[in-house]
Amino acid sequence: MHNVSVILRRELRSYFSTPLAYVFILIFLVLANSFTFYLGGFFERGQADLAPFFNFHPWLYLFLIPALAMRLWAEERKTGSIELLLTQPITLWEAVLGKFFAAWIFAALALALTFPIWITVNYLGSPDNGAILAGYVGSLLLAGGFLAIGSCMSALTRNQVVAFILGVVVCFLFLLAGFPLVLDVFRGWAPQPIVDAIASLSFLTHFESIAKGVIDVRDLLYFAMLIAFFLLATAIALDVRKAE
Amino acid sequence: MIKTERLSKRYDTLTAVDAVSFEVHAGEVLGFLGPNGAGKTTTMRMLAGFIAPTSGTASVCGHDIQTDTLAAKRSIGYLPEGAPLYGEMNVRSFLEFVAELRGLSGAQRTSRLDFVIARLQLSSVLEQSIETLSKGFRRRVGLAQSLLQDPPVLILDEPTDGLDPNQKHEVRTLINEMAPGKIIIISTHLLEEVEAVCTRAIIIARGRIVADDTPQHLAARSRYHNAVSLQLESATDLAAARDAIAALPNVESVEMSEREARLTALPHAGAHILPALSELAAQRGLHLKELHLESGRLDEVFRSITA
Repeated sequence: MHNVSVILRRELRSYFSTPLAYVFILIFLVLANSFTFYLGGFFERGQADLAPFFNFHPWLYLFLIPALAMRLWAEERKTGSIELLLTQPITLWEAVLGKFFAAWIFAALALALTFPIWITVNYLGSPDNGAILAGYVGSLLLAGGFLAIGSCMSALTRNQVVAFILGVVVCFLFLLAGFPLVLDVFRGWAPQPIVDAIASLSFLTHFESIAKGVIDVRDLLYFAMLIAFFLLATAIALDVRKAE
Repeated sequence: MIKTERLSKRYDTLTAVDAVSFEVHAGEVLGFLGPNGAGKTTTMRMLAGFIAPTSGTASVCGHDIQTDTLAAKRSIGYLPEGAPLYGEMNVRSFLEFVAELRGLSGAQRTSRLDFVIARLQLSSVLEQSIETLSKGFRRRVGLAQSLLQDPPVLILDEPTDGLDPNQKHEVRTLINEMAPGKIIIISTHLLEEVEAVCTRAIIIARGRIVADDTPQHLAARSRYHNAVSLQLESATDLAAARDAIAALPNVESVEMSEREARLTALPHAGAHILPALSELAAQRGLHLKELHLESGRLDEVFRSITA
């Protein structure tokens, strides 16, 4: 754990030593709030909840999280610093986890900075704060899932733009796994249990059930396993391709 | 001690390192020589634990690089080719980062940091971000990183590549200073570097070891070993002198460079021709600018072995 935290702290510092952190947080906050007020009709609905806020998070994350994750490994491979990192007395897992958690903590920080909207809704009415907390938990898990996918895509290539595009595409597929756009591809030939299994992989269904305020163990397990799977895939991809 | 046994690395169609076996002991400075793409970097990367061998084994200070990787890595200070670093970090936080990964703490951490910063003269750039540093400073930061833990083994991949002659000299002095008691492996394609720092040289070509000897013995394999080179005041009587020298017993052949007014006499194997030559020069009253005995030319041996 010592090494994970050393790597994590270095990564977090490096976010803030470049404009990346500030640009990311600024854009996230501006978009999150404008979606809530203009597209979500926060005032017009006349309800004291944050549903119009959380509903847009999957779409916001679809582009912002791959942008955050694209540099995780692609940059290390491009500059060759991966060789310096992995020849220190650490394991590959410590490096994968350290980098992933740094990005996740950073995403959590950006999410936490949306607190004024929570204050606003409490000022205007008396919302169910338990449901809002669940919404934040769901949003954070969603960000974690996207980041794990992004980390894996970043490990596959030396090129950050390629990592970004791959990340967006794979995240998009997972987001819409429960929708006809993805399912119709499989319906023609795959047996029903497989189609059902794919449908149950959808980010959106799991996120929405948490965001409604119901934290179900199955939804938590889903995100935990998804993150674990893509981090494992990251480690395997690195093991195979790190020296290329 | 470092020991490799039939260490090999194969990619789809390419065998980068092919059954390389050698041992290195404390106090040795081993130079890896070879043309580009010969397998030097791949071998070093396997020793440093960055890539796994396809077959064969290697151990560093008794720790197998595959089954006891962390312990092996702990005993190695490694400078990767091109000295890649985290450009956005400043020098101080980068070195502190490595110190933490190396498990240094407390007074030991402070004293080691102070030592490498002083030894590699980094104090003037400590607060500067690495990407703004000159190539020489970056290389020194890379070296500082590898020395932080005072490891018993140093593996340096082209430590002087891209440095100016003064910086090269500095790095070589540093390597010579550290050599006693340590195992140092450096790769280079600069032959004068091998002569300046290495106690032993391994020449690798197409993934195989083609020579393993001291630089002096390697140079002795040269046709120029014990050759005598003489330079005349003027090139006017060069041809006549050449014919006279060629007629001496034990002289195999004579090479002539008119531009330099230089003759190089190559002896028959094992023969010493310097006395006979200096006698001849005195007899004929040749005006010599220079007369010396060659110990052999490493670059010529290198070419004949690896080409």
